[in-house]
Amino acid sequence: MADPMKIRATMKGDITDVRVLMGHAMETGQRKDGDGNLIPPHFIQTLTVAINGKVVVEGETGTAVSRNPVFGFKVKGAKIGDKVTISWIDNKGDSRSDEATIA
Amino acid sequence: MNRNFVLCILACTSLLAPSVQAEAPDLSQEAMAMIRRDFQPRGSAGLNRLDQDAVQAVCNRFANKPPQQLMGLLQADQQAAIKFPADGNLLGDWKAGEALAQSGRGLTWSDSPGTAVGGNCYNCHQLSPAELSFGTLGPSLLKFGKLRGNTAETQRYVYGKIYNAKAANLCSNMPRFGHVGALGEKQIKDLVALILDPESPVNK
Amino acid sequence: MPSRTIEREQSMRNKMLAAASIVVLLALPFVANAQDKTIQAIERYREMLADDNPAELYELRGAELWRKPRGSQQVSLEQCDLGLGAGIVKGAYVRTPRYFVDAGKVMDIESRIAWCMVTLQGFTAGEIAKRPFGSETYKSDMEALVTYVVSQSKGMKIDVSTAQPQEQHAYDMGKQIFALRSGSYDFACATCHGDRGKRIRLQELPYLSDPKDAGRAYIGWPAYRVSQGEMRTMQWRINDCFRQQRFPEPQYLSDSVNALIMFLAVNANGTVYNGPAIKR
Repeated sequence: MADPMKIRATMKGDITDVRVLMGHAMETGQRKDGDGNLIPPHFIQTLTVAINGKVVVEGETGTAVSRNPVFGFKVKGAKIGDKVTISWIDNKGDSRSDEATIA
Repeated sequence: MNRNFVLCILACTSLLAPSVQAEAPDLSQEAMAMIRRDFQPRGSAGLNRLDQDAVQAVCNRFANKPPQQLMGLLQADQQAAIKFPADGNLLGDWKAGEALAQSGRGLTWSDSPGTAVGGNCYNCHQLSPAELSFGTLGPSLLKFGKLRGNTAETQRYVYGKIYNAKAANLCSNMPRFGHVGALGEKQIKDLVALILDPESPVNK
Repeated sequence: MPSRTIEREQSMRNKMLAAASIVVLLALPFVANAQDKTIQAIERYREMLADDNPAELYELRGAELWRKPRGSQQVSLEQCDLGLGAGIVKGAYVRTPRYFVDAGKVMDIESRIAWCMVTLQGFTAGEIAKRPFGSETYKSDMEALVTYVVSQSKGMKIDVSTAQPQEQHAYDMGKQIFALRSGSYDFACATCHGDRGKRIRLQELPYLSDPKDAGRAYIGWPAYRVSQGEMRTMQWRINDCFRQQRFPEPQYLSDSVNALIMFLAVNANGTVYNGPAIKR
């Protein structure tokens, strides 16, 4: 299983501010290693955010996103205690899902 | 100038100037010994790079403020070793000079042996006004040629400075690019042109 | 030279420089403004980076590695003595480098972690020294462990002692090495870090003999280096300095490097440590 994400979900008035730090190599497939060989592409392709099971953000990400990305979202209609679930799947079929409670 | 002569001078000056911290040489020798023990060769950077020549030994011994006489002697020594172009033409191509001034490559253990050595100039100096990313370890060279003129004398001065900055100022921070073979005759001429040619952006 | 004379000289110099700089600024307003804007933009970039430091990922991994039984002895690092007693991680980092009786030498935090890996877990020094620094294709365990340990000193002041003669000696050696000119370009650490307010290209160079500059610089490592996508420790930073100085390579965890770290840490004493940093 891939590295765990660090999720922060806080209420700011009636808006929920969600920030997630993901550990991922995000290789574009165009970089070369020390020996001059191409490092194969390895990047997050889809990103889903759900609150209490309901999908609120569904994104397709690509090679423009850099290593160990940080994503920030603002969501309306959530409240303290609600469960935020963030999931991603990468181009190799690897995936990761983590939860946090809105504070 | 051979090593024994320099060592003799160092010994004499320590006898004549006891106020120069007597215990410092021991600590500095110990530090040098520690470095020699702890460092290993890598890539093109061999352990011989730690060998102290007269300039390094003196500048280290006197914390970059050597006595006047010794300084004068060694500066003359360094000046005598400068190789000026045989044909007397010191001005090269400023465009090539600008490209060279931008490059900081060469001589590190991660540079492959064939790597062209850069001038490293912008690391420390301002040169062309269009380049905002310049360092301040050395004085700004903006309008150098405009202010000092592109005479044969100034060209010789600039060439000498780049070849061996220690000839004019023994413990200068500036590397001795020609003296250690980092830059060749053509490269230094191109840098002279960057600095002195009226057409160079440095002087516009 | 008495410090008051130096201050008076510098004060005179500052007045002359202030006068000169006003003239320069009037003469080249465009260049000065463009420069300021560049540096302002860099400051804004640093502020943006400060939120959600990927170092936290290394911290999590380091905490896991600390508790995991590893090496030929299949033991965790939980009994490691980082200077405050076996198993005490909180506050240990800010008291290093320090003299360790069992090792008979002054060690920085990375050297001490390596010591515990060898003596408790049965790793060999050679194994650890083989590839200490991570890359895009290689994850370094040491970088994660160091990040975890230093994060447990967050909010505490750097408090390094030179009471032991070995500690004082390490400081003295560090000070000497700092000023030692050598290599193809006659560079010493002091060539770049021996004066106030200098920079290389647009990168400010801390004046490392000065407590304030040394403090700011010292707490800047270990840091997540965005441009490399990696966590980098002080051992790495000093290694890379010598590379740029055109020196041969210092051996990993050697006395020379630890002496320099001692020199920097003592100069930084009193500075509050904010945990793993983030850099360009």
